[in-house]
Amino acid sequence: MANRVTVNEQICKGCGLCTSVCPKKIMVIDRDKLNAKGYNPATVSDIEKCIACAMCAIMCPDSAIKVEKE
Amino acid sequence: MTTVYEKSKMLTDAPMSYCPGCTHGIIHKLVAESISELGVEGRTVGVAPVGCSVMAYNFFACDMVQAPHGRAPAVATGLARALPEGVIFTYQGDGDLAAIGTAETVHAASRGENIVIIFVNNAIYGMTGGQMAPTTLPGQVTQTSPYGRDVKTAGYPIRICEMLATLDGTAYAERVSVNSVPNIRKAKKAIKKAFENQIAGRGFSIVEVLSTCPTNWGLTPVEALKWLEENMTPYYPLGVYKDITAEEGK
Repeated sequence: MANRVTVNEQICKGCGLCTSVCPKKIMVIDRDKLNAKGYNPATVSDIEKCIACAMCAIMCPDSAIKVEKE
Repeated sequence: MTTVYEKSKMLTDAPMSYCPGCTHGIIHKLVAESISELGVEGRTVGVAPVGCSVMAYNFFACDMVQAPHGRAPAVATGLARALPEGVIFTYQGDGDLAAIGTAETVHAASRGENIVIIFVNNAIYGMTGGQMAPTTLPGQVTQTSPYGRDVKTAGYPIRICEMLATLDGTAYAERVSVNSVPNIRKAKKAIKKAFENQIAGRGFSIVEVLSTCPTNWGLTPVEALKWLEENMTPYYPLGVYKDITAEEGK
């Protein structure tokens, strides 16, 4: 079982601040997806590498990220 | 599964009206988390300003008042005097606090009013489209200083924390930044300390938070964090400018 990162995709504005602080570089902007506001939301590319440091969530201006540790 | 981080209960579910990557949202979180951790949600009253954060009353899950432009410290003064048990804070930008509301701010500080001021400094007028503010850096290009701020005609930026630290009524003045996770942690500590001062009745506390405005700076959100660090922090040094609790301990 891996840690869990939940992105509220409808709230996310795709600003990319979370991607800039992730030490494992697994927070990415999903260019194939659009939310109702027209933004590309953030997503996790490889959850197995997540260390649940929550830096993405701390940096998120819209409180769109929830981090849970196994 | 244990939750490491989730949205503060002191924030409502209303989607924030700020531009993508604007650090107002981070500062909102720090204020909300501080109030929650101190367990004073039920007796907190916030005062929203005019500017980008004019809708702050929609985002904080406590009682809020929306003050006329720049007058938040005056409204907070009334609240603090009418509600001695209340936890009173204002949330103001630099156009609100350092321009039209300078008099209210300086006099609330000199009177030593028992309030917390969260001062968000992004060196520009955000909501109205990026005009030069009193806090705009020398040489900074804005809508109304297209060749860069010329100090010969537009004067120099105001350093609010340094100015208020000279007043006897000020209990606590610190400048922090939210451009990186370590700085966000320090900012949280400062904001929480300001609220602790208010609850203990120590008087006027101000926390100046250096913030970004990617839209009006014409940068991506990530570039804006770097611009803040490289350009704003040299002119607005981070640190504690006054802390009466530290002075008492000497």
